[in-house]
Amino acid sequence: MGILKVEDLKAYYMTDVYGIKRTVRAVDGVSIEINENEIFGIAGESSCGKTTLMKVLSGAVKSPLTVVGGKALYSFGDGSLDILSLQEDELRKIRWKSISCILQGSMSVLNPVRRIYKTFRDFVEAHQKIEKKRDFMRRMRDHLGELGLPREVLKAYPHHLSGGMKQRVTIALATIFKPNVIIADEPTTALDVIVQRGVLQLLREIQKEQKNTIILVTHDMAVHANIADRIAIMYAGRIVEEAKASDIFENSLHPYTQHLIDSLPMIGDKSHRISIPGAPPNLADPPNGCGFHPRCSSVMGICREEVPPLIEVGDRHRVACFLVSKESGDGK
Amino acid sequence: MKYGFFFRYCLQRVGQCLLVIFIGITITFVIPRLAPTDPVESAIATANMSGQYTHPEAVAEIRQALTELYGLEGGILEQYFNFWKRLLKADLGPSYSSFPTPVMDLIRRSLPWTVGLLLTSAFIAWAIGNLIGGLAGYFSQRGWARTLGVFCMAIRPTPYYIMAFVILVLFAYILPIFPLSGGLAIGVHFSFSWRFITSLLKHAFLPSLSLVIVSGGAWFLGMNSLVSNIVAEDYVVYAEMGGVSNRNILFRYVMRNALLPQVTGLALQLGMIFNGALITEYVFSYPGLGYLTYNAVFSGDYGLVIGIAIFSIIGVAVAILIIDLAYPLFDPRIRHQ
Amino acid sequence: MISTIKNLYEHDRRFRFAFIVIIGIIIFSSLSFFSPYDPSSSYDVPSDQPPSIKYFFGTSSRGQDILWKMTFAIRNSLLFGISTALLSRIISILVGLTAGYKGGIGDRILMSINDSFIVIPMLPLLILFNFIFQEKMNLFLLSLIMACLGWAWDARLIRSQVLSLKEREFTRTAVYSGMKSLPITLKEHLPFVMPIVFATMINNMLWSMGLEVSLAVLGLSDTDTPTIGTTIYWANQHQALVAGVWWWIAAPIVISTFLFVGLYLLFASLNQYIDPRTRLLRIGG
Repeated sequence: MGILKVEDLKAYYMTDVYGIKRTVRAVDGVSIEINENEIFGIAGESSCGKTTLMKVLSGAVKSPLTVVGGKALYSFGDGSLDILSLQEDELRKIRWKSISCILQGSMSVLNPVRRIYKTFRDFVEAHQKIEKKRDFMRRMRDHLGELGLPREVLKAYPHHLSGGMKQRVTIALATIFKPNVIIADEPTTALDVIVQRGVLQLLREIQKEQKNTIILVTHDMAVHANIADRIAIMYAGRIVEEAKASDIFENSLHPYTQHLIDSLPMIGDKSHRISIPGAPPNLADPPNGCGFHPRCSSVMGICREEVPPLIEVGDRHRVACFLVSKESGDGK
Repeated sequence: MKYGFFFRYCLQRVGQCLLVIFIGITITFVIPRLAPTDPVESAIATANMSGQYTHPEAVAEIRQALTELYGLEGGILEQYFNFWKRLLKADLGPSYSSFPTPVMDLIRRSLPWTVGLLLTSAFIAWAIGNLIGGLAGYFSQRGWARTLGVFCMAIRPTPYYIMAFVILVLFAYILPIFPLSGGLAIGVHFSFSWRFITSLLKHAFLPSLSLVIVSGGAWFLGMNSLVSNIVAEDYVVYAEMGGVSNRNILFRYVMRNALLPQVTGLALQLGMIFNGALITEYVFSYPGLGYLTYNAVFSGDYGLVIGIAIFSIIGVAVAILIIDLAYPLFDPRIRHQ
Repeated sequence: MISTIKNLYEHDRRFRFAFIVIIGIIIFSSLSFFSPYDPSSSYDVPSDQPPSIKYFFGTSSRGQDILWKMTFAIRNSLLFGISTALLSRIISILVGLTAGYKGGIGDRILMSINDSFIVIPMLPLLILFNFIFQEKMNLFLLSLIMACLGWAWDARLIRSQVLSLKEREFTRTAVYSGMKSLPITLKEHLPFVMPIVFATMINNMLWSMGLEVSLAVLGLSDTDTPTIGTTIYWANQHQALVAGVWWWIAAPIVISTFLFVGLYLLFASLNQYIDPRTRLLRIGG
């Protein structure tokens, strides 16, 4: 059952400062469908647009970010909700109860001058009236306990907690209302590997228990390999490949995906790691045609002129590459 | 070690206060010695020139005091040492213009007026400026926020003197609502009567207003820009994503955090606000240290001028120390380590 | 530099206003070279004349044409401000760069001293200074002592710029490639430090000119040289307001208000322009 349907979403940053106009095409025609009860990963290098995509999907569109086209429709059981057209008060109703987020930089998402339990209270009070303080505290303690956090955390200030603990607290905060969708943007970056593993495990357990959807955005393919069910690869503001996790790792079709997989270190494999030549595209002045063509080793004439469409090539496996569509006989 | 960090912080602040006093007073020591002529003699000469007649014995005693405090006998280190010796006895010597009243007494009499004016004006300006500035920063698109911003931009660079003068002319000359000068109406004495309080307030209003407008404008602009930056901080964005109410975010997330640098800012600006208070007192003939300074200069009262300088330095340094020690109350990162 | 000014002029309304005002004031002050009257002479024209076509700002109680007097006053105040700003740059840059580059305990000691200079109330000290020097006080001397007292705030700003530069990639690259400290400072960092130096210069000018007004009003500046402050002083000495000669005080106040506001807007718009965040947005397009 689909829970989120994105159709040809386009969102740009448009600035006009001292007479210099700049349009950064961060999300440039993204279409994906995400189901209930799955962990959907979005992968790609930094500044490929995935954070912007996440911002749009969570309804946090603020100037200079503007949505210039497309739709993002959520279905929480009773009809669909176009998150882009919601008014402020309607947005507030579904925020946190239906859609919650875990932001990049867990270092600073907690108000530094407020104790943890008060921050929790702020988030809860926005949606529910708290009758008895004692009940609330007990509920919070239990919730934190489920995530392996000691009760002392509640009365602490953010600067008392380690990075890993802060991230767990953020996850606890994001799951208070057992939302249908959790959007996690780089939840494990800036954490060391051991803590990373713990956090990922936590996320997987939560998903299994609450049966919600986690949209996991990160450049780290190892994280995707660990917990994602399906993965979409983003490049230059567009989706270039999307498939089951196993298909991505064993059967990738897009040259960029293949590079990403190849760059993953594996135990025992001492072969030379090659990085992709060239630099990530400048989204203020993106290349014509396929965004990857300046760095692609199999580039063809058509790649420079036309944007390859995202076509289905297997069991829910979609690719946007003229190489593939040519081989499979579709398109030109 | 829960106390270690906090303790060290307090110690640091006290150390800084002492350093400020030390440097300030050393400068006060150095300045007279830069003069091309003997400061004591020229001071006495000036005083005589301004038409004061003083009894020869008085002159001798004054010369003695001035020489000890600011004279050039003995080597420079010995002078420095004697200087501090006198200071630590809180003995600033006798006033020349009001002989034999000690300088300390004159200062003590004027002090309450300055402290009253300064404390109230500085805090009111700080509080109001920050509150309105914060609101304007948060609601930066609204008309009133922009208008106020423009207004404050015009006010902020105005020297305290000009603002005081303009206000005096407007509200005491052209529209004589408020008294022209003084701290109290003639004949009113200190008591807890209504008459005293109204007289006090009436006389304090214009000087206060002048100080509040200029420094309030500065706080407004500072808070305005601080808030525009803080609104982009992760924890504010996150709270918005969580649906926390605007009011909650404004006060508990944005303003609360923006206040921290403003508390530090108050400590740093206090010296300049003090300068402003001095000059404002002069304009309104308000009987505080500023007015005392003017009279001291006018009558060539050397000891008094130096005394006020020293006292100002110590007073401001201590006030800053108090603010610094109060800072942990605002910032839990310092309070709990 | 020219392109910066052009850019700002076209797109920043504040800058445009301030620029026009300041250029206007500079032109006005340069009229002083064409003045028909010597600034120290008196009773050249009838006294106490209100503003008219003949005497645009009126005349003072000492028989001076206020318009021409003001050209000198503004010129001297400007020169005073610029001289103080330039002199104090020397100390600010020295202290800021040293503290920023040295780091460690040297930095801490310097900053403690620096902060002391920030918080010490300058007016009583300046009053003392002027009191001592009295007759021998001249504008340049005042400028010198103010420069020696007013460098601290800007030193701190320069230091923070240096600190942020030290951490940046290109500095590490330069260091690793064997570049020595001084060339790094001069070649790599100066382009970033200069804008801050310039912006703080304007701020410093505001501070020193404002303080000069305060001192002059108390009679403590160089009362023989016409400046904004001394004009007000002499007007007060002659009881201008009481005698009804309001234009004598109004002229310096109005012109100086334009001057101060203009300078401040210049400073604010410049500050915003060199802010790294807007800098990023200016690239490309």
